[in-house]
Amino acid sequence: MEEIIKSILSIGGLGVLFGAGLGFAGVKFKVEQDERIPLVRECLPGANCGGCGFAGCDAFADAVVSGKAKTNGCPVGGAAVGAKVAAVMGLEASESERMVAFVKCNGNCEVSSSKYNYYGMDDCSMENALAGGAKGCSYGCLGDGNCVKACNFGAISVVNGVAVVDKEKCTACGQCVVACPKQLIEIIPYKSKVHVSCNSKDNGKNVRANCSVGCIGCTLCQKNCKFDAVHIENFLAKVDYSKCVSCGLCTQKCPTKAISKEGSQNKIMPVDKEKKEVQRV
Amino acid sequence: MDEINLITLFLGAIFVNNFVLSKFLGICPFLGVSKKVETAVGMGVAVTFVMTIASAVTCLVYNYVLIPLELKYLYNIAFILIIASLVQFIEMFIKKSSPTLYQALGVYLPLITTNCAVLGVTVSSMQDLDAMENVAMGMKFTFSLVYGVGAALGFTLAIVLFAGIRERLERNNILPAVKGFPIALITAGLMSISFLGFSGLL
Repeated sequence: MEEIIKSILSIGGLGVLFGAGLGFAGVKFKVEQDERIPLVRECLPGANCGGCGFAGCDAFADAVVSGKAKTNGCPVGGAAVGAKVAAVMGLEASESERMVAFVKCNGNCEVSSSKYNYYGMDDCSMENALAGGAKGCSYGCLGDGNCVKACNFGAISVVNGVAVVDKEKCTACGQCVVACPKQLIEIIPYKSKVHVSCNSKDNGKNVRANCSVGCIGCTLCQKNCKFDAVHIENFLAKVDYSKCVSCGLCTQKCPTKAISKEGSQNKIMPVDKEKKEVQRV
Repeated sequence: MDEINLITLFLGAIFVNNFVLSKFLGICPFLGVSKKVETAVGMGVAVTFVMTIASAVTCLVYNYVLIPLELKYLYNIAFILIIASLVQFIEMFIKKSSPTLYQALGVYLPLITTNCAVLGVTVSSMQDLDAMENVAMGMKFTFSLVYGVGAALGFTLAIVLFAGIRERLERNNILPAVKGFPIALITAGLMSISFLGFSGLL
């Protein structure tokens, strides 16, 4: 009994001693931190996503105050948070354009072919390791939702075998871009309306064989664009968002509707089976 | 115990009984913070700092608190308590007294709180001292301090060498199957084997 009491007292005593010492040291060695750091930190979303390039929101706040980061450096908070942080720092907010993630694939279950039946784990990287995934097109979305898992904001969902980003919820933190083994996700301006929903660098014939909504590299969009905003590279159309004015002319000309204007009927629409047959013949 | 013995002890702790490469303690920071030589040096300095002070303080607590109270068997708990609060204290102290050093050590200081190499040094120096008889208190203290510094320098040496190799590995064309961590582990194993060569040193 005596042994127990002795051990409890001595170890407890040591603990109390060190605790008191630390408490005392905490007061004695208190460092006057720049008072703006906690204020900046309060403005931030606190998701610690690392999208800004720093180790977390605390590190970012520190960097802002010490001048290493811009006030609008938080991609999650966007312009609103940028303005708040700038107010704390006493600067004018430099306007940051809101960005969103965009999945460059529209090849859902109806329109694309598959190489084999995949029965493995619901993980894009795992499926990708098996001959580049079950999808006929080796560039397309596998739909196992690695990006969904990576998203801290619930902005991505898999609809009919293809990941779709909810523009309103997306904060452009870039986690999904990293998570996608196919490098399908791109960060684009929120305001842009015209997107190429395809990432296939195959030539037109091979694209057609695997998917009816893929970009075949016909260059019609490039020819019809009055603003020099669409270019074909490696059989794939690419929109230059700094030039695109979202007139939608290219989307009307596109034979496969791989390039589409937001809000129009082209996006995620199962292609009419009969029409598809006619096209093939 | 004389001067020669202390030198032997010191060199032995660095090369022969290297904590990382022959005792396999502190593997976590060894693998985690060894991607760049710069960060490896930071970690090494932080470990040296903490290990030296921890060896001294644990030696005092062990000899002046645990032995008189016949509570030797509680050394593990007591040492962990000491190391954890010591690291916290050192962090606060450095933050106040030398912001430059604090910047340099940065995230590594708190990381060491749970570094098993630090606990390993204190425990093994305690066990070595227990095995010896009739050692004066002053000698015990010196022994612990020298052993702590030696072990810490050994850790620093190992992690900096390893980081240097890993930096070169990054730029080399490595078989995809072993790229990244696997090759790092193989490298660590080879380093450990090469350090075996030091066993004839003493």
